[in-house]
Amino acid sequence: MRYARTNTLLLRTPEGIVFSLPLAGPVSRFLAWGIDVGCIITASSVVEQILGLFGNAGFARATYIIAYFLISIGYGITLEWFWRGQTVGKRVLKLRVMDEHALRLEFGQVVVRNLLRFVDLLPGLYLVGGTACVLSRRFQRLGDLAANTIVVRNQEVPQPNLEQLLGGKFNSLLEYRHLAARLRQRTSPQAAAVALEALLRRDELEPQARLQLFAGLADHFRSLVEFPLEAIEQLSDEQYVRNVVEILYRRTDGSA
Amino acid sequence: MIIDLTRFLAEERKHWSQLEATLDRIDRNPDQRMELAELLKFHELYERASADLAKIETFSSEPEIRRYLEGLVARAYGEIHETREKHPRLNPWRWFVATFPQTFRRHLGPFWLSLAVTIAGCVFGGVAIRIDPEAKQVIMPFQGLKDDPSQRVRREESAKEDKLAGQKSTFAAQLMTHNTQVAIFTMALGITWGAGTTITLFYNGVILGAVAVDYVYAGQARFLLGWLLPHGAIEIPAILLGGQAGFLLASALIGWGSRKTRRQRLREIAPDLTTIIFGAGVLLIWAGIVESFLSQYHQPVIPYALKIAFGAAELVALTLFLARSGTASEKRAN
Repeated sequence: MRYARTNTLLLRTPEGIVFSLPLAGPVSRFLAWGIDVGCIITASSVVEQILGLFGNAGFARATYIIAYFLISIGYGITLEWFWRGQTVGKRVLKLRVMDEHALRLEFGQVVVRNLLRFVDLLPGLYLVGGTACVLSRRFQRLGDLAANTIVVRNQEVPQPNLEQLLGGKFNSLLEYRHLAARLRQRTSPQAAAVALEALLRRDELEPQARLQLFAGLADHFRSLVEFPLEAIEQLSDEQYVRNVVEILYRRTDGSA
Repeated sequence: MIIDLTRFLAEERKHWSQLEATLDRIDRNPDQRMELAELLKFHELYERASADLAKIETFSSEPEIRRYLEGLVARAYGEIHETREKHPRLNPWRWFVATFPQTFRRHLGPFWLSLAVTIAGCVFGGVAIRIDPEAKQVIMPFQGLKDDPSQRVRREESAKEDKLAGQKSTFAAQLMTHNTQVAIFTMALGITWGAGTTITLFYNGVILGAVAVDYVYAGQARFLLGWLLPHGAIEIPAILLGGQAGFLLASALIGWGSRKTRRQRLREIAPDLTTIIFGAGVLLIWAGIVESFLSQYHQPVIPYALKIAFGAAELVALTLFLARSGTASEKRAN
């Protein structure tokens, strides 16, 4: 396990695969806590209103004191346990509590991180916890340190839609295999990635920006390798970039 | 390595969807047990997604697919590589009569330390109040304890009205929640390498010692025992349990003589911290009820002898419970 310079936790699995978990920063966590406090106040008020319907004021008051205590302590523990690391605030802000090693969250961990909130809240407004969070490499408050937990931004990335890409159209540049090979050789991975991203997101761009972007990219690739005029005439900048991306990402023999 | 993106997607996408569906099912129902065939399939899908992630990382990066696969692998990783035992459904009664006392006994060192710090505080408070009676005004946390003990006893014993009439349940609720907060706080302060836990326990001891010496030297030892013992026999040990949990947390942070990493030590004690503090919480519910409904009533309403006997019986029962309960299942497990 190692930590990148950015707010990302990198984990290496026993299979040798590295994956990253984006860590939630103090501000988003504080906002999530704000929403949770709102939920606790709302739930307590509802309980108070319901208890007010009973005639016995002493019983209602006693029940409210216990209910408020249970809600304020149990809110985080219950929701984080049953929603696998999320409370209402964390759900809204797409955050999730996770084990530091990305393993399953244990009940003991949930309890410890929530009970240590008593210290993190000192002397008010999460000053101790907030300071620990800012100073910690993994944005952990004291409760997280004791429970071996981290809070990550929830990555629910949908399957990317690549249907629009590389639709099997005729690629005039592929007729010139030696030039295509030279293009592969001279193109940096970064430039290839930018071109692919541009194609994937082309429909999200404003028309003018789309024209400018593909003109710039086409100029860059033309400067790397000069294809014969008959191969590129009547090709728009965008078509040219699409053909280049196909050369870069697809082998001509069709094998992976 | 350059891969054919279209073919790669066409071949692998269905496997990613299957893995995603399995993970969604686990999310919805974490306690459901998989059949062996399902487990094998799940493992195969995880391995396949991992291999795909490795492939996608080696060519001129496709950030969206990589992010998607990282998310999938990260979710599956936690399920595949978890080696800690999945706990069966909690049986509250078994937890209280077996797990809680067994856990207490496994960590007697921090409990004795908790007791020693409290006793040190008691001695300090007692000596302080004898050497400098004026210190009472500073040490005692509320006005009732600052008054002359003999005057208070006369007032309480001659009271014609029930001062808690109609408020007993509210008072009990306040006591339960306040004392539980103190116990949790004492535990949580273990994160200060035990310094905060020590200060809290010592301060509690100072107050207890000062009150005890004040009442004993005023000739009100019987009243003191009748007043404190019924609820204190449970409440004080429960706060000591909070201290035990605090010192347990501190010892995991410090790690004297342990070859394990701090993270391993903290990981190991988390369930025990939970058990001890929940156990203390249960004891404090009882203490709150007793303090509100029994401790505040004195002779002639309830004879002191009866209250003292009740408190002593509670203390013996608690000691036996913590020392003996759950030993049979412990032996069977060994």
